[in-house]
Amino acid sequence: MEALFAVTLGILTASGVYLLLRARTFPVVMGLTLISYAVNLFLFAMGRLQTGAASVIGRSDVYGDPLPQALVLTAIVIGFAMTAFLVVLALRSVGETQTDHVDGRESA
Amino acid sequence: MVLALIIALPFLGVILPLLTERLGRSACSVAAGIAPLAALILLLSQQGGVFAGEVTRVKLEWLPALGLNLSLRLDGLGFLFALLILGIGILVIIYARYYLSKQEAAGRFYAFLLLFMGAMLGVVLSENLLLMLMFWELTSLSSFLLIGFWSARSDARKGARMALAITGGGGLALLAGVLLLGHIAGSFELSQVLAAGYAIRAHELYPVVLVLVLLGVFTKSAQFPFHFWLPHAMAAPTPVSAYLHSATMVKAGVFLLARLYPALAGSEWWFYLVSITGLITLLVGAGMALFQHDLKGLLAYSTISHLGLITLLFGLDTRLAAVAAVFHIINHATFKASLFMAAGIIDHETGSRDMRRINGMWKYMPHTALLAMVAASAMAGVPLLNGFLSKEMFFTETLNQHLLGSFNWVIPAAATLAGVFSVAYSLRFIHDVFFNGEPINLPKYPPHEPPRYMKVPVEILVFLCLLVGVVPAYTVAPLLAAAASASLGGNLPEYSLSIWHGLNLPLLMSVIALLGGILVYLCRQPLFRWYAGLPTLDASLLFERAMLGLVRGCARLTNWLEDGSLQRYQAFLLGSGLVVVAVGLAPLPQMSGSVALSPIDPITGLGMVMLALAAMTTVVFHRQRLVALLMLSVVGLLVALAFARYSAPDLALTQLSVEVVTIVLLMLALFFLPAQTRGESSSIRGLRDFILAIGCGVMVAMLVFAVLTRPYESISAFFLANSVSGGGGTNVVNVILVDFRGFDTLGEISVLAIAGVGIYAMLDGLRLVHPSTDAQGRSWARDRHPLILETLSRVLLPMALLISVFIFLRGHNLPGGGFIAGLVTAVALILQYVASGIVWTQQRLPMNYHRMAGAGVMVAGVTGLASFVFERPFLTSTFGHFNIPLIGEIELASAMLFDLGVYLTVVGATLLILANLGKLTQEKAGHEVV
Repeated sequence: MEALFAVTLGILTASGVYLLLRARTFPVVMGLTLISYAVNLFLFAMGRLQTGAASVIGRSDVYGDPLPQALVLTAIVIGFAMTAFLVVLALRSVGETQTDHVDGRESA
Repeated sequence: MVLALIIALPFLGVILPLLTERLGRSACSVAAGIAPLAALILLLSQQGGVFAGEVTRVKLEWLPALGLNLSLRLDGLGFLFALLILGIGILVIIYARYYLSKQEAAGRFYAFLLLFMGAMLGVVLSENLLLMLMFWELTSLSSFLLIGFWSARSDARKGARMALAITGGGGLALLAGVLLLGHIAGSFELSQVLAAGYAIRAHELYPVVLVLVLLGVFTKSAQFPFHFWLPHAMAAPTPVSAYLHSATMVKAGVFLLARLYPALAGSEWWFYLVSITGLITLLVGAGMALFQHDLKGLLAYSTISHLGLITLLFGLDTRLAAVAAVFHIINHATFKASLFMAAGIIDHETGSRDMRRINGMWKYMPHTALLAMVAASAMAGVPLLNGFLSKEMFFTETLNQHLLGSFNWVIPAAATLAGVFSVAYSLRFIHDVFFNGEPINLPKYPPHEPPRYMKVPVEILVFLCLLVGVVPAYTVAPLLAAAASASLGGNLPEYSLSIWHGLNLPLLMSVIALLGGILVYLCRQPLFRWYAGLPTLDASLLFERAMLGLVRGCARLTNWLEDGSLQRYQAFLLGSGLVVVAVGLAPLPQMSGSVALSPIDPITGLGMVMLALAAMTTVVFHRQRLVALLMLSVVGLLVALAFARYSAPDLALTQLSVEVVTIVLLMLALFFLPAQTRGESSSIRGLRDFILAIGCGVMVAMLVFAVLTRPYESISAFFLANSVSGGGGTNVVNVILVDFRGFDTLGEISVLAIAGVGIYAMLDGLRLVHPSTDAQGRSWARDRHPLILETLSRVLLPMALLISVFIFLRGHNLPGGGFIAGLVTAVALILQYVASGIVWTQQRLPMNYHRMAGAGVMVAGVTGLASFVFERPFLTSTFGHFNIPLIGEIELASAMLFDLGVYLTVVGATLLILANLGKLTQEKAGHEVV
């Protein structure tokens, strides 16, 4: 399972990185979103993958590591805020420069 | 504390000449003189202890972790240099009063001069080597200001720049050398470094340390091949040349040789490097000096030659040679400073410095002529003057070294040759300027004696030359003994300071030098003709060309690296990241660790494969933006499922609700952006990005696999054990968020609120083109608010709100909490906007989301602050059990109030973002799309 999980994260990252390197803002935002999924899963996995072990006291015999979960929970919300910020920045850039190229000008 | 005051006084005094500038040059120079005079008096008050061989140390810790302390030291060597710096400094201040013209900014000049003086005092009185280095750099900087004082002149600017580049570069090398030295000695305190001499020389890095330190020394003291900056620094006003370029700054290098003598000297490396550099500099300087037609140029090369002599003496590496070197430092400072001042007077009165034109000055300014002739004779090493004494000692020492084997004779021979040249150029200075017929075509004619007091500093210095030369034992002896013994670490050899040592070899060398010098001078015309036939080698041109080349090379590199393409920068960053991770992973002996792999369960495995496929499909369809966006939402939902599968219900709920708002957000953005991306990347760029992407993916996969197959220790046992007893909740994730790590959460919701406000600000005044049709040319749907959706959403709202209250309340004990409840509320409200339009919704829900987000952060913060009322640390929580009718027993924790803050912030910020972005779509076009 670990190998499959690792490969999946790898594919998620690779897809995100490829989109991140595109020349238009929208694919870049999508790439960042993919990367943030990968990063959240990565951080979460640092507490190891356990099934049936929610960290709620008294509900199971073993508990998963709650600390990465708490970190990732806020990361998801902040990730949304950052995506939103980026999207609006991209829109502002279109408004100011009339192009959605990341450099703010059409490349030669 | 007296020591600190001596250094501080010139720095404090900087302000005085600036304040008194308007009162005229006299007042200004008096004001400038106050601080050095006071410092000099303080210094002289320490004389008794210093001459008795005491070393005064003051230590004030500054950055002890770095070994940098404000520690100062006064011993014989420091005393001698401080005396030169302050004494000659005061004379230069008097001299400059008459040298500067009325229009020149005397206040600024004196301020720079005092700045330099303080820095120089810092160099010679520092006990801590790092502190000394700071002052060392400060001397380079202030000398830059002084050389470039006439900033309107191009040669002044060039000279200043060159001096700064050379001495500053040397300073960098010195910094590296000193850091290594401190590393070897275990301390940057001079007393410990000096005591560790044996260990330093035995260390394998000793040659590196030595070369680095010597680079600093040789650049500062204008040793070959770094000597060329000094003649170009002659563009400075003459008082600066007299002060910096004869008496003080250029002596900082040889000062360091004397200072570090016990630590670094005593090896063959030292002997060869220092003595050969000194020897070459001595000869080159002396030879070049003869051929200069510029008065100050002659003095500059002569200074280079004398600095070479001092360096050579230190390089000979005998105790007596070191004594001779210290003695020559004193003598050279006195006669060279007076000569520069005399040259300045001549320049001032004739308007020229060209020795081919200034002739016969004896007739016009006999008083100045007499002074200059005595000083020049001291420079030539004529008996009864101070230069003779140290030169005799020098000649003696050149005969006493044995490291060159059968070539031992080379050093005395070269020394004598340099002596010949030195006599010749001194003679040229005297004869060409003061005799040799009539002046030719002078800008100021007829020249006359300068103002009375301009000559006073010269008189004092020349008098000292004579006094030391005639009765050395009664004048300079104790100072020399104290300084030399401090330099040698307390071991003073036997020597005698007398004029007559009997008929011996050194005396013969002196006689040869004198006669030979006269002979060379007589043959000067053919020599000048020969010199004129040499190819001209202008150091400043070479330097400028090298500098231009460097700048151009840097510009090319910068342009190549920074061509304005963000994609390129991103590729660089990712590539570097790849390398870093690869280097970090490389030492792992194998990928998989000791933890056994868990078996693949088919359903989860299928989910993972779908996740990977969805991500790849997003990339494949990324040009069809809407399709890609839909695939992206699939990825997000599968991620939520993965969280749910792996025991993280809180994360799953959060991911699910965030996914909804994210996709709504991206759909909104897509409205304003092209629906398709044109293919525009070149094949090569596509390949590069592909390789980078694969590389990053492989690295992440390897990293994850390597981590997951290795055992680990977590600190979470603490949270699990204390969640109920300490935080009053059984949902450990939520307890961590609102209690254990509440401060982090407070920071995070602040970021969320700030992002919301930032987005609001960016949207303010933004005008975007509203597409009237979609990409295929179809007009937007007529039915903007579908009836079914509208009706359903209204029914859903109260239910959704109820659920969010439920999730909020149970959050402390079961999956849920402020974040998730906030997101659910936000989703429910957004649905109203989508279904019924912004105007409709806002009429019925007139909420101010800025205030809501702000209030959330405030509630959370105030909850934290409330702990102070109970005299507990920030964000301490408390909880209790309450029995509420109908609902039953419920546990209420103060952390819940904090969670309420989180809830409000999440709702406020999310709606602030989405509602404002949505509002944008209905401007101008007159209809809503959301």
